[in-house]
Amino acid sequence: MTDTLAAKAAQLQERLLNKAGKKEANSPADNEETSFQLKATRLTLTQLELYDYDYDNFNRQMSKNLKQAPHFFNQTPVVITLDKIRNTDKKVDFIELTQMCQEYGVFPIAVRGGTEEMQLSALVAGLPALPNQGSSKSSNDDATDKAQESAAPKEEMRPSKIIHRPVRSGQQIYAQGCDLILLGPVSTGAEVLSDGNIHIYAPLRGRALAGIRGNKDTHIFCQQLEAELVSIAGHYKVSDDLQGTHWGQSIHARLDGQHLKISGLTS
Amino acid sequence: MVAKIVVVTSGKGGVGKTTSSAAIGTGFALRGLKTVIIDFDVGLRNLDLVMNCERRVVYDLINVINEEATLSQALIKDKRTDGLYILPASQTRDKDALTVEGVQRVLDELSGVFDIIVCDSPAGIEKGALTAMYFADEAIIVTNPEVSSVRDSDRILGILQSKTKRAAEGREPVKEHLLITRYSPERVKKGEMLSIQDIEEILAVPLLGVIPESKSVLKASNQGLPVILDSVSVAGQAYGDAVDRFLGQEVEHRFINPSRMAIFKRMFGGE
Repeated sequence: MTDTLAAKAAQLQERLLNKAGKKEANSPADNEETSFQLKATRLTLTQLELYDYDYDNFNRQMSKNLKQAPHFFNQTPVVITLDKIRNTDKKVDFIELTQMCQEYGVFPIAVRGGTEEMQLSALVAGLPALPNQGSSKSSNDDATDKAQESAAPKEEMRPSKIIHRPVRSGQQIYAQGCDLILLGPVSTGAEVLSDGNIHIYAPLRGRALAGIRGNKDTHIFCQQLEAELVSIAGHYKVSDDLQGTHWGQSIHARLDGQHLKISGLTS
Repeated sequence: MVAKIVVVTSGKGGVGKTTSSAAIGTGFALRGLKTVIIDFDVGLRNLDLVMNCERRVVYDLINVINEEATLSQALIKDKRTDGLYILPASQTRDKDALTVEGVQRVLDELSGVFDIIVCDSPAGIEKGALTAMYFADEAIIVTNPEVSSVRDSDRILGILQSKTKRAAEGREPVKEHLLITRYSPERVKKGEMLSIQDIEEILAVPLLGVIPESKSVLKASNQGLPVILDSVSVAGQAYGDAVDRFLGQEVEHRFINPSRMAIFKRMFGGE
């Protein structure tokens, strides 16, 4: 199941890249040696205004809409806006939501608005947050963000986040912009996230997600793999996929192209 | 004098929080500590039944919080054990009646008089449980050898680290103790039940005691007699050991291996 999803994502990415490639082919300045160039663009996108997420209701409405407008549901990228959500405390399972949308031919590519927590869990599902449109505050935020970004290349080493105590069910630890090192176990139902690598010198029974801002060059090391989910830059494996030779063993997880690769940690 | 505040909690319901609060609270008093047990299960009052003082409840915790009664009016003195008092919960109100400020005032007042305050937490992770644990210095996590109970205990341990007064003030974290109840060594041996090692490995909390599954627990609850007073029962003895360990003594764990009797019984088909 993960593999098909990863493959889907890969296809999607390739498709997007191809589009970008076509545009660039028109520009005469192109040098054959550079394989790509980043350019700003403005796109008109459909937004999916989410009021409440409940698997059954959402599924029902999707299939109803599919009947009414089948042409819309054809590899349509959408931005999920979260400003109108009725209950902001309720957790939205963005992985499930994205998966269902994709099954209907609608491809969420990002979220906008919502609380920081929601944006974080969307990011975990591979949906980055777009800046809010129109509000005067956001333009200021943009300015400061840009200032920070331009300062970023000179950044000093960010120290790793080190957690000494066990991470319990229901807890979430996020190491922003740095590695995460855990000395105690990660329980079932707990989630550890990092923009960088994750090292766990104890059993991992919950979820570990490295490179959640899309850094594919991140790794997860753990002393005893009993995880619910392991993910690197959005490519993940769930417990079912992890059963087998490495279960209960010390492992090293990394990305090999589009494939999440788990190997034993042997010296 | 500042009393030590101990919360007895679990997340999951029906694992033996009230039974354990009653037994351990009584154990403290038996060892000469002036003890009060507070029932935080507002709306689902039970501690009074286990302590056999239900016919003497006039005022309760919520009355004291709302200043409708004084502490001395609400505290019930235990008839069997010296130095033991019970502060019952209100049966007619709900958990919203608990306020952090109110509870703080009650605890401050009790703190001047008692050595140890045992807070019997309600199940769940909502207001009642959060208020019961908020002021705790130490916590006894009651767990059954069963996966859902262990996971809920794990959740509660996380909350103890993040949502208590000690956590808010950045002081030394709440000291955690693991109490395994309803343990049946025979069933563990048959692979039907999680072992002590399994639970310790998942929760990573020092083990305070293991209370074996015993008919005497239910009997004691129904008779309104804290099981620790039943010195013949293995559960009563195990609670006694747990209290001694809590107070710093080194006591070897008993009743954690299948008993000879049980093996004989199984051999001859009796149960």
